[in-house]
Amino acid sequence: MPLSGNPIRAKIRALTDSAVTGLAILATLLVVAPLVAIFVYLIYKGASSLNLAFFTQIQKPVGESGGGMAHAIVGSAVLLALATVIGVPIGIGGGIYLAEFGRGTKLANAIRFTADVLNGVPSIVMGVAAYALIVGTHIPFLPFTGHFSAFAGGTALGIMMIPTVCRTTEEMLVMVPHAVREAALGLGVPNWRSVLSITVKTASPGIITGCMLAFARVAGETAPLLFTALGNSFWSVDLNQPIAALPLQIYVYALSPYDEWHRLAWAGALVLIVLIVLAVSLVRYVTSRGVLKGAS
Amino acid sequence: MPEIRTFQPQIQPASAQPTGPQPDPAGSAIRQFLRSRGNSALADRSFHILMVLCALTIFGIVGLIAVVLILRSDMAWHQFGLKFFYTFERDRVTGAPLYWDPVNGHFSAVPFIYGTLVSSFLALLLAVPLAIGVAIFLTEMCPKALRGPLAFVTELLAAIPSVIYGLWAVFVLVPLLRDYVNPLLVRLLGWTGFFSDDNPTGLGYISAAVILAIMILPIISSLTREVMTAVPHSQREAVLALGATRWEMIRMGVLRNARIGIVGGVILGLGRALGETMAVAMVIGNSPDIQRSLLANGSSMASVIANEYAEATSDLHRSALTELGLALFIVTIIVNALARILVWAVTRGTPEQAR
Amino acid sequence: MGVGIDVTNLNAWYGTNHTLQDINLHIPANHATALIGPSGCGKSTFVRCLNRMHETNPIARVTGQVKVGDQDIYADAKPVEIRRRIGMVFQRPNPFPTMSIYDNVASGLKLNGYSNRRVLDEIVEKSLKNSALWDEVKDDLRKKSGASLSGGQQQRLCIARALAVDPEVLLMDEPASALDPVSTSKIEDLIFELKSQYTIVIVTHNMQQAARVAEKTGFFLNGRLVEFDETHKIFTNPTDKRTEDYITGRFG
Repeated sequence: MPLSGNPIRAKIRALTDSAVTGLAILATLLVVAPLVAIFVYLIYKGASSLNLAFFTQIQKPVGESGGGMAHAIVGSAVLLALATVIGVPIGIGGGIYLAEFGRGTKLANAIRFTADVLNGVPSIVMGVAAYALIVGTHIPFLPFTGHFSAFAGGTALGIMMIPTVCRTTEEMLVMVPHAVREAALGLGVPNWRSVLSITVKTASPGIITGCMLAFARVAGETAPLLFTALGNSFWSVDLNQPIAALPLQIYVYALSPYDEWHRLAWAGALVLIVLIVLAVSLVRYVTSRGVLKGAS
Repeated sequence: MPEIRTFQPQIQPASAQPTGPQPDPAGSAIRQFLRSRGNSALADRSFHILMVLCALTIFGIVGLIAVVLILRSDMAWHQFGLKFFYTFERDRVTGAPLYWDPVNGHFSAVPFIYGTLVSSFLALLLAVPLAIGVAIFLTEMCPKALRGPLAFVTELLAAIPSVIYGLWAVFVLVPLLRDYVNPLLVRLLGWTGFFSDDNPTGLGYISAAVILAIMILPIISSLTREVMTAVPHSQREAVLALGATRWEMIRMGVLRNARIGIVGGVILGLGRALGETMAVAMVIGNSPDIQRSLLANGSSMASVIANEYAEATSDLHRSALTELGLALFIVTIIVNALARILVWAVTRGTPEQAR
Repeated sequence: MGVGIDVTNLNAWYGTNHTLQDINLHIPANHATALIGPSGCGKSTFVRCLNRMHETNPIARVTGQVKVGDQDIYADAKPVEIRRRIGMVFQRPNPFPTMSIYDNVASGLKLNGYSNRRVLDEIVEKSLKNSALWDEVKDDLRKKSGASLSGGQQQRLCIARALAVDPEVLLMDEPASALDPVSTSKIEDLIFELKSQYTIVIVTHNMQQAARVAEKTGFFLNGRLVEFDETHKIFTNPTDKRTEDYITGRFG
């Protein structure tokens, strides 16, 4: 390290220092800029296109003006409900295992690692796998198989929720003080009861927001739905039929040549983003406040 | 009951309260109830097994994905073998490459691998310096009041759905690049041959790379921030005590110690970029070609699956697409595992100690 | 009414660390017994062996016999059954943070499946009176959470919670060490009140506290029970040189 008293060296060092500071600030601005741009544009474009019809009408045939995304909103709700039913219980159960039973064991470490890796598997791969498993295979007497369906889409989304829910549940449970578990055990409460009624309940604000975050993430997923739920321009809530979804509809509208549909795409994007921002803010609020108020 | 308190300690307890314990009529009933409850051994055992099963689903999912993808890509694998990934056919007459022509039965992964690699590495090139800059700013320079909101912003960037990035890219970013940036690139760097102005759409590798860079930035910068905060404070102080400037402190005290973790973060970002689908499919141009110009239309592994899977023309076509998915699956698993190991090596122990 | 405890050849390990070696003693029913000794001497491990809490740590191990009344707790029963008969109060107050005061006290019964509201109301009131907390909390039993009380109140709430299941033995692991002097003296008064009804075992590092509340005192050192006798004998005329050194403050 240059420690000489050479004034030119010292000047160069000082200059480098300010240059790096400047560059770091510039980098931060460059990162914040697209976010601001995306948000401003979204709100500007989306808000001007949002109206009652958006929430109450379905897609109009090409050439007719108006129409909305009611069928896509309902479709997303159906898909997400199915995904939640599949993903949340299994994910929470896995998180309970990692935090309460397996802590420190080789199996738990392997599962934790696999969950993290699974989180990084592209969602399009999930879509291909769900297609191969449910849509492309016709198993006699088994419902939902052999064709595009809401069931296939919801399953793909549900599977994607599992690793996220599992890891956040574990993180939240680990934050519950050991003393609280001991108190329950000391009362002779059976282990299953103590885990569910004490530990999980104590961590429940954190677990719920973690689930909401996973929910918000899959709410915006498009790739796994492209060839499972497929999309639908009509009303449908049938699990056995193709179904529309908000992100799918945004994709279709965005790539269409019609201004009317572009407008709807922006409005749909705004609705999605509002949902996600709410979830992320809630998670941040809960985790910054601590899972447990006042727990010693 | 005999009074045994013969020894009176030096400090007397405060006088006994008038509300002393009364005899206890319900007591025996309570005890009897609790005795009758059994030991719940069966319930505890079943609960434990159920939770283990839930956790094992994670393994099950990975296994299931691998199995169905292998079964479903079997046909393409038998037909082309490993050659699928590195060779392509040529037209007998003109000698022009026939990369991917489902209707006439030509299948090769080469243009998609090329598109995926080019767009991902260009994205890393753009994103990594910025991400490290942001991480340095957040951990070492940022006023405390700004730290929370900025971390929140990066978190939000990570949560925006791919399709919305795509939407924004199609209507804002691509016109911007087409009208202002691409002509500049052609003028300044056209002589390299990597930038030629024969593509009026603005879609192409560069557009995909820019939107990918924006998308993977939050992951890289938040992981870099994590490993940089994990560097012990004593390391910084040791360097500062030698009279170093802040930059020298960051370079020698922080970056040097955190470099393995930073590499992990970069690899994780690469993993995301390789598999990113919607935004890329919307701006890369979707032509199964290999072109020297980065401004030309291309296609990536994920984007071709997204575009063609639902309407595959034949079983072989679908099988070839599945094989691309399998390759993507294996590559992202390896890349993510590697990244996790590197990040864990640096931050090991910190989450446990936080308890 | 409480029952006595007979401990025969009790050994405990924590990993490879032999934390209790060949402990033999009889804890009399309906009296307070104090266990003293320097930190790390095994006294906490010992009480945790009496209700099988020691084994909740995966690397812990126990051998020997512990008879509570006439039940051999390691041979004849499962841990949950033992712990329902033996209440425990921990070093740091640990009320359930998500539960109201009422639910905290009733938790031992509710979580074990008891649901008679009228009886629960009665038991909660009686337990809170027995732990001298009733007057301070009776107005917001269901409104306030257990975690909103002061440290001393929380510890008395934990005692009420332990008393609500009508245990035969009450184990207290340094119950006042995290509290201020006023709260400490309240807890001591409470032990004094309760010992005619329950068998109380109290671990303490505070010798005056042992002298104030207990009839019998045991001195632990390095995992062994050095001396066990009437409290006044231990404090005035100990048999063992090491006990005398400890009592007079020559070490520890």
